[in-house]
Amino acid sequence: MVQHTQELRKLIAQALPELDVVLAWTSGSNQLASAPLFITAEDDLDKLDFGPMHVQNLAAYLPSLKGRKVGIVTRGCDSRTIIELLQEKLINRDEITIFGIPCTGAVNIRKVREAADGQRLRSVEAGKDIVSVTTDEGVRTIPMQDVLMEKCYNCPSQTPLIHDHMVTERNGCHMTGEAPESTLDKLDAMEPDARFAFWEESMDRCIRCYACRNACPLCVCKDSCVAQSRDPHWVDLSDNPREKLMFQAIHALHTAGRCTECGECERACPMGIPILAMKQALNRRIKHLFDYEAGMDMENTPPLFMFRQQEEHIKERDAR
Amino acid sequence: MPVLEGKELRIVGFLCNWCSYGGADTAGVGRFAQPTDLRIIKLPCTGRVNPLFVVRAFLNGADGVLVSGCHPGDCHYTAGNFYARRRLEVLRELLDVMGIQPERFHYTWVSASEGQKWKQVVSDFTARIHELGPAASFSNCPAVTVETGMKAAI
Repeated sequence: MVQHTQELRKLIAQALPELDVVLAWTSGSNQLASAPLFITAEDDLDKLDFGPMHVQNLAAYLPSLKGRKVGIVTRGCDSRTIIELLQEKLINRDEITIFGIPCTGAVNIRKVREAADGQRLRSVEAGKDIVSVTTDEGVRTIPMQDVLMEKCYNCPSQTPLIHDHMVTERNGCHMTGEAPESTLDKLDAMEPDARFAFWEESMDRCIRCYACRNACPLCVCKDSCVAQSRDPHWVDLSDNPREKLMFQAIHALHTAGRCTECGECERACPMGIPILAMKQALNRRIKHLFDYEAGMDMENTPPLFMFRQQEEHIKERDAR
Repeated sequence: MPVLEGKELRIVGFLCNWCSYGGADTAGVGRFAQPTDLRIIKLPCTGRVNPLFVVRAFLNGADGVLVSGCHPGDCHYTAGNFYARRRLEVLRELLDVMGIQPERFHYTWVSASEGQKWKQVVSDFTARIHELGPAASFSNCPAVTVETGMKAAI
């Protein structure tokens, strides 16, 4: 058993009597089958596991558990989501107990599958700096650096920004070297028409399952989502790229200035559509305009919830 | 009188009831000649402009979208245009990343007395859209009409 997992178990066991549930991760038959674990009794702690393959942002469950005493195991990036939820008063600080764990990087499972060239995966093992994939043809090792999630390359902090308890036995990120070209980089290099065609092609694949929305920790409208509203009728049900792109625009604008780029939308997408790029673009613009990054400071107000009479970076646009 | 007879493009204008709609009215009363590509939608305030109005307009086939309201500080509801200003600036980036040239979208402030300025805004914006030509649209995607919109709503 890895030391940090043991320490984590000890911390949770101590706090568990005070809590209704603790959110953590567990592994299934192989590590690709990583899943959330809801700990309510000490027996559940045996199933707890954490490593680079446990990628889900557990903070997405918090708003629906508001009003209960919840513990949550949190990496650096997920703590930004928690801060953002606290800022918007979607959760209460005194109801949650945060078990911080330093992150060594999270694996993009889609990249692992791609590396296996479509072969059926027998098992996957994440080592210190490599991921070994066992297929019918044998074992293949991939450098961790090549299969990390995009967000890990620009990680602002591997330790959580807020925490109540902290696992100390873990250090050293897998991240070394340059980030690979992101979808946003590719889009930036395109002409507008090519970008439009890119989205047409991408949205053509969308099956409108709304997994992106359901996985998003900041999508909290639940049954009032405009995608399903008949009055006003924002998106119709036809199966064409226009309506699907409209939905993505809705999602991007509703999370503008709030999105912490956890990447759950893109990770949850069964069709592998790179929808995070839209949110990254908006965040980049917001950083430039308002010098603001979501989920960094609990006392801040998201920029689109407020205004200044004199905006420093918005130059008044004249008629011409 | 259409400036470009028979070559109109679809431009949607979201105008604040208190200033720019009045400004457009002033321009009309003053009989200032303007291009006729613009279809005006009157709103109580630019603060009412959901950036998604603009996205929806483009996806439904608009070639340009203009938002116009009261000058900052002159809002009938005190702060509507301040909020609008932030949202619309952010929207510009979304249009860009979606592949809709941000030049097709413009927001400006015109007061009820500025008929002359309104004429200038409309003429310049229309000229700009004509320079850009019709906006890109999805192939294999039936256009949104009143009928299809109604059917979808049922």
